[in-house]
Amino acid sequence: MPLNWKTGGLLLGLVFFLAVMLVKPIGVSTQFVILDGIIADAVNPDLVTKTDDGYTSTNAYLAKSNGKYAKSVSNPLNYSFVFVIAMAVGGFLSVMARGGLSQAERSVPALWRANFGDSPVKRYAAAFLGGFIVLYGARLAGGCTSGHMMSGMMQTSMSGYIFALGAFGAAVPVSLILFKKEA
Amino acid sequence: MTTIILAIVLGLAFGATLDRIGASNPTYIGKMLNLTNVNLAKTILLAIGVGSVLMFGGQMLGLVDVGHMSVKTAYVGVFVGGLMLGAGWAVAGYCPGTGVVAAASGRKDALFFIAGGLLGAAAYMATYPSWKASGLLDKVLGGKVTLGTVPGSKYDGLLALPGDVLGIVLGLGFIALAFALPERLVPQRAAEQPAE
Repeated sequence: MPLNWKTGGLLLGLVFFLAVMLVKPIGVSTQFVILDGIIADAVNPDLVTKTDDGYTSTNAYLAKSNGKYAKSVSNPLNYSFVFVIAMAVGGFLSVMARGGLSQAERSVPALWRANFGDSPVKRYAAAFLGGFIVLYGARLAGGCTSGHMMSGMMQTSMSGYIFALGAFGAAVPVSLILFKKEA
Repeated sequence: MTTIILAIVLGLAFGATLDRIGASNPTYIGKMLNLTNVNLAKTILLAIGVGSVLMFGGQMLGLVDVGHMSVKTAYVGVFVGGLMLGAGWAVAGYCPGTGVVAAASGRKDALFFIAGGLLGAAAYMATYPSWKASGLLDKVLGGKVTLGTVPGSKYDGLLALPGDVLGIVLGLGFIALAFALPERLVPQRAAEQPAE
């Protein structure tokens, strides 16, 4: 069982606060681009190149904002990338500490099972498709649930409100249509 | 080096917290989004409120550096991208951060989510010039703006109100909303067994 919302919300709020106090607001989705860049640059070393005053790329997206992303691709040991790796480790340790997940839950989550059965292939296909849309959308929006919505609204940022309106505006109707049976 | 240590400590804390609040469990996300159990929404609202009050309060007391704020640009694509993310979030039950935590916690479907995500991000990288040319990435409402004008920040305010005071007021509003929101927003179906 998850923590009750009062404890959980307090903890989550503290983490977001500590991040902005000590370093900068939390964000995750950019790192999918950075990992793509690292992989693509390993295959084709001409993708990201060093210039006199920084880095640039033959890809317009990596080159934007004076090669900010190109620089991170060249230096994966930067704050934001390490943060996401540490986040995965933190999640792993936390799950292990509470005894891990059941075999069934690991492939098909309960609510999905109640609505669409226990075929892992169907679930994996949906997760893959969902992942594609989520990250394409996050990059178009310039952030995701953590960067735009949580960090953004916490800072009273206009863009955070616009993002949250779009995200929940689509997520709630889609979920109501898909998940009619309760787990 | 200090920043890397901070990345490790804060990342560990964030990942563990996402697991403990149920955010990396697609069932819990689905129950929030189909409005049958919005405890997670209460958690998120409370967190935004607590974060806001602490950050702006800290700024007013001079304990938190205003320069650490990082406000993103407002443009039409933020809304369009938000819609896409929302739709995918509902289907998969994962967003970028929680998908990473879920995969690390042994959820195999989350590995497929990440693979799809890497492909989606790459597709955006390839199509970025068309979006740029479409004008949907041009700033609206002043671009990088906060709702009020935060003293000492490099961002403009949409309103002339003091941004730090407004931040605390809105933060308290989020906290109040977290308390006010009922756990379930849609009626229980008669044919269904009672939840839990």
